[in-house]
Amino acid sequence: MAKSKPRVKAPKAAGKGEVITIKTLISHKMESGQRKDKQGNLIPRQIIHNFTAKFNGETVFSVDIEPAISANPYLQFKMRADEPGEFEFIWEDDDGSVYSKKQKLSVT
Amino acid sequence: MKTLSLKGDAMKDMTRRDALWMTAGLLAVAVVPLPVDAADTAMEEIRQFTGGSEAAESGKISLEMPEIAENGNTVPLTVSVDSPMSGDDYVKRVMVLADANPRPGVATFHFSPKSGVAEASTRMRLARTQNVIAVAEMSDGSFHMAKATVKVTIGGCGG
Repeated sequence: MAKSKPRVKAPKAAGKGEVITIKTLISHKMESGQRKDKQGNLIPRQIIHNFTAKFNGETVFSVDIEPAISANPYLQFKMRADEPGEFEFIWEDDDGSVYSKKQKLSVT
Repeated sequence: MKTLSLKGDAMKDMTRRDALWMTAGLLAVAVVPLPVDAADTAMEEIRQFTGGSEAAESGKISLEMPEIAENGNTVPLTVSVDSPMSGDDYVKRVMVLADANPRPGVATFHFSPKSGVAEASTRMRLARTQNVIAVAEMSDGSFHMAKATVKVTIGGCGG
């Protein structure tokens, strides 16, 4: 499978105390472990099992993900912009891969 | 209609068709309890999540989902909890379950006071028409619950 590509849509700037919306998506097949191949063998599970959003190193939001989440998992959540800093978004794959993306936020 | 008995002469009277109906009956008995088991598993997961505490359907938590999902592979879902999200009064986590999926667990969202608003959206798979349940744990240790029934036209766990 092609390498998973994470995408993030979050504002670059926000007013102090403003609650901003962050949208994330990562390309991933999210193989549930419930499907069978043509020979009737169970296809082993391979999913993104955790997503964590950190801001200035502090975890602000995270999700334990089960196979019932759709392929190319989409997550949208909120954060209150108290101070400027940097986001780090982390996706953990069952195969041990870790995908991450960083983005700065300025607060005025 | 002839009653079926496995005793004595009645057994000899049993035709091929009777035997087929009996087999069908046995199969039906074997299949029917499955959805109940799935719902039981969901209830067990809720009990584990709450540690046995009561989760009230209080209206504090809202679960937005379509009433009818044409494609069970990707069903949008938004869960939000009414909370000030301050340092001492916030939503810790919200677990989402689907009670008739092969495995009921969907996702658990972990919030923090920095979230500002306890709201999250994602897209999920639904194998068939069923209830989706969200249970929220608040920072004061109380639990709240919300349910949504989604009709599914094409199931989303296919192989």
